[in-house]
Amino acid sequence: MSRRLEVDVAIVGGGTAACAAAVALRRAGLTVAVLEKRRCGAGASGVNFGGVRRQGRDLRELPLANRSRGLWDGLNELLGVDVEFDVSGHIKLARSETDLEELERYRLAARDHDLELTMLGANAVHAELPWLGEKVLGASLSPTDGQANPRVVGPAFARLARRMGAEIFEFTPVEAVASTGSGFEVAAGDLTVVSRRLINAAGAGGRLVAATFGEDVPLTPLSPNMLVTEPLPYFVSRSIGVCGGDVYVRQTRRGNAIFGGGRGWQDHDLGLARPSSEQSVDGIRRTLMLVPDLARANVIRTWSGFDGEMPDHIPVIGHSSTTPGLIHAFGFSGHGFQLGPAIGEILAELVIDGHTPTPIEPFAIDRFRDWSPEASSAPDASVHTEH
Amino acid sequence: MTDASVSPSRPLFRRLVERTGATIRFFIDGRPAEARAGDLLITAILTNRSDLRRFEFADGHRAGFCLMGACQDCWVDLADGRSVRSCSTLVEDGMHVLVDGRVNG
Amino acid sequence: MNAPFAPRVVVVGAGPAGLRATEVLAEAGLRPVLIDEAPRSGGQIYRRPPVGAERPATDLYGFEAGKAVALHDLLGRLGDRVDHRSATLVWAIEGRRLSLLGPEGPSVLDFDALVLATGAMDRVLPFPGWTLPGVFTLGAAQIALKAQGVAIGSKVALVGAGPLLPLVTRQYAKAGAEVALSLDATPFLPKLLHGPSMLASPSTLLKGLWYMAANAASGVPQRFGATGLRVEGDGRVEALVWRDGRGRDHRVACDAVGASFGLRSEIQLADLAGCRMEFDELTRQWRPIRTSEGRSTAPDVWLAGDGATIGGADVAELAGTRTALALLADRGIAVDTTRIARLDAALARQRRFRVAVEKAYPFPRALLDGLADDLMLCRCEGVTVGALRAAATTRGADEMNRLKAFTRIGMGRCQGRVCGQAAAEILAATLDRPIAEVGRLRGNPPVKPIPIGAFAGAFATEGERA
Repeated sequence: MSRRLEVDVAIVGGGTAACAAAVALRRAGLTVAVLEKRRCGAGASGVNFGGVRRQGRDLRELPLANRSRGLWDGLNELLGVDVEFDVSGHIKLARSETDLEELERYRLAARDHDLELTMLGANAVHAELPWLGEKVLGASLSPTDGQANPRVVGPAFARLARRMGAEIFEFTPVEAVASTGSGFEVAAGDLTVVSRRLINAAGAGGRLVAATFGEDVPLTPLSPNMLVTEPLPYFVSRSIGVCGGDVYVRQTRRGNAIFGGGRGWQDHDLGLARPSSEQSVDGIRRTLMLVPDLARANVIRTWSGFDGEMPDHIPVIGHSSTTPGLIHAFGFSGHGFQLGPAIGEILAELVIDGHTPTPIEPFAIDRFRDWSPEASSAPDASVHTEH
Repeated sequence: MTDASVSPSRPLFRRLVERTGATIRFFIDGRPAEARAGDLLITAILTNRSDLRRFEFADGHRAGFCLMGACQDCWVDLADGRSVRSCSTLVEDGMHVLVDGRVNG
Repeated sequence: MNAPFAPRVVVVGAGPAGLRATEVLAEAGLRPVLIDEAPRSGGQIYRRPPVGAERPATDLYGFEAGKAVALHDLLGRLGDRVDHRSATLVWAIEGRRLSLLGPEGPSVLDFDALVLATGAMDRVLPFPGWTLPGVFTLGAAQIALKAQGVAIGSKVALVGAGPLLPLVTRQYAKAGAEVALSLDATPFLPKLLHGPSMLASPSTLLKGLWYMAANAASGVPQRFGATGLRVEGDGRVEALVWRDGRGRDHRVACDAVGASFGLRSEIQLADLAGCRMEFDELTRQWRPIRTSEGRSTAPDVWLAGDGATIGGADVAELAGTRTALALLADRGIAVDTTRIARLDAALARQRRFRVAVEKAYPFPRALLDGLADDLMLCRCEGVTVGALRAAATTRGADEMNRLKAFTRIGMGRCQGRVCGQAAAEILAATLDRPIAEVGRLRGNPPVKPIPIGAFAGAFATEGERA
């Protein structure tokens, strides 16, 4: 029972950015097909920490993050579901003089990118977070950042896209993509999608799609390792990070404290990303030093998932350097959740107008043109990225 | 038997086998209570009252459910900051259990 | 210490299956590690009271006292030929490494072969009032009596859908508890129809009949085929309401209810160990795939007892012995083939009996019909049946893990142990699809809550070989 479908735009991958792009493209009247190998929003979009954060990002990402932040306020209304967006603020703690200098430098630079941060002295931080277990010398506060429930955002964009007429195919792993000269042909089992344009939003699988078009990039798989406690009395009033990025913790309004603990592992036999107990224990210890009150709580669940990481920790976004009509958006390196809604709009602009008012030059795929898999070693996996 | 007065202060569990072991003195919300050596904490509490803890997400209380460490319904808070699963923890002399919070006196 | 090249075999669970497996492995000189959450061995069915609450075995286990005592004495007899780690939770498995949390804190332990004998818990179905203080599982009612010498209430209603009901009723009545009603959610007729098949294990049949007769003689009301269960009360249990086969409602005053509907395998560790699962139509639950000798689909992971297939304590003992013998043979250690043949014959007989039991006590699916939207389904997170149905019909939750992501069903402290099966039934009914198609909740560590404070200190790693 083979099926052939012709659309304006085929999207490989069904994460938040992909489904948000489908929504924006449908709004412009284009026909869209989304091909997702498992469930929409169940990959990196759904298993991350849930930080809706601008502070601490690579400065080159701030224009994207600012644009997305404007969209987050309207997501409940747009999607018709409570995404649990809580503008708790994000606070980044300095545990050394070097950290403090880093925060101040970042604050000044971020100001030029329309992100206003407030420096807090040691007394102010300890007054606001009196339960902190480590002596901090100061912190930087981003009052308009926050947190949300990652499990609901991507699937809600997928539902909206479908309601607006996009064709959403789940459990439909793409087996082959090819340029036909006038467009693309995407093969997934019995389904063939023929499109004028192709968006590669395949997350960890984005490298394979890019490589098909002669644009291999040094993306490595990244599996987060997340822990959550039983509900506790509400006390972690801010989403919290530290300089160095090795501890991050937030608390939902229901009371569950969520924190990160290193990396999970990939169980290739079962095709699942699994949490690592060893990394969980390390994460527990690091978090416990900062939040000693968690000692009285229980971890009730840990989880992992699939993302892809670039060696420079910023994504690949933009037109292909080899193939007209192909647009990339992948490699969000563990911090794409906040960006998803804006990436969707930007992808639609790239399809429709060929360009976007948001500066995306730093994310061009040709920054890796001199890289080849034979000549390079794997990127340094020990670098902590904030979530 | 007296009429069933619907009160959390009326015990839920009923002892069928009287044991001769030591009396354990502990506290529920600051009020002294008694149990027997060999009592699990759930037994100690529910022979004194009808529930163990507040339910976090709505009105009402819980009193445990499976008694074999599987359902996780019977976690109780202790005044020392620990929380323990009362079906797999023995009551100890001087334990302070918090059900509805600390009661002065 | 282990001999230089002896494999490290770890048995998880010190119930009938785990103890018998341990016995075989110890007698072969392997010095197995036996890990169990309880402070004392025995498992749930032969659970021992804590120190200070002991009573004579005949009071606690009735007809089964001999079996219980034999199992309880087993570790004492084997002495230091077994490395018994009590009060220890296996909270994660990755590859060949177990993460443990015991009295001395956390540690990890590597294994060469693993026997999972994780047992079962009560199968639970929600009904109005089921989260009120005073409503327990039937198994809980039994444990309260056995381990603590208490009844769950002063006037107790017991509800079941399996052979546990007449037994607990008998135990309560005998111990002097007031049993207001013993209510079977399955009809009486299948018990007559399938009774002859139960002759495959006549002693079990006779015991069941004897309990029912003794209950009748002691004046405990026993009823069958109940539907429309409801517990009423303001802050605690005041009455049980049920509907009989003719559609009439009955109300029984009581202050506690012990209710559950058969058994459910504890499969979380098998899941983490990478064992593939299959759906069993007879019991309508997922279970790890297991050969008759106990081999799972994961290399060097073996399964025995109710944690793999519900069969009861006698089967668990046989399966524990059989599985350990298969493990030994697999390691090239000589085993007594006559003994294996005898065990296989006994297990085959028991399997026929088990099918008859499941048919005599069919899954009371009707209890899930027409549940109100405001009924709490996930008791950990407080999620209602209505939220499940809404997620299924308006948000595309067509599978258990998607349902969990959208609604938090199964996301709480128990990780779906309690509500998972009912949620799958209701999801399947809402979508009008076969239950096997809605899948099962994927397991993630920790299999039970782990206290963060326990991880502050030092950490031991065992089993890294030179």
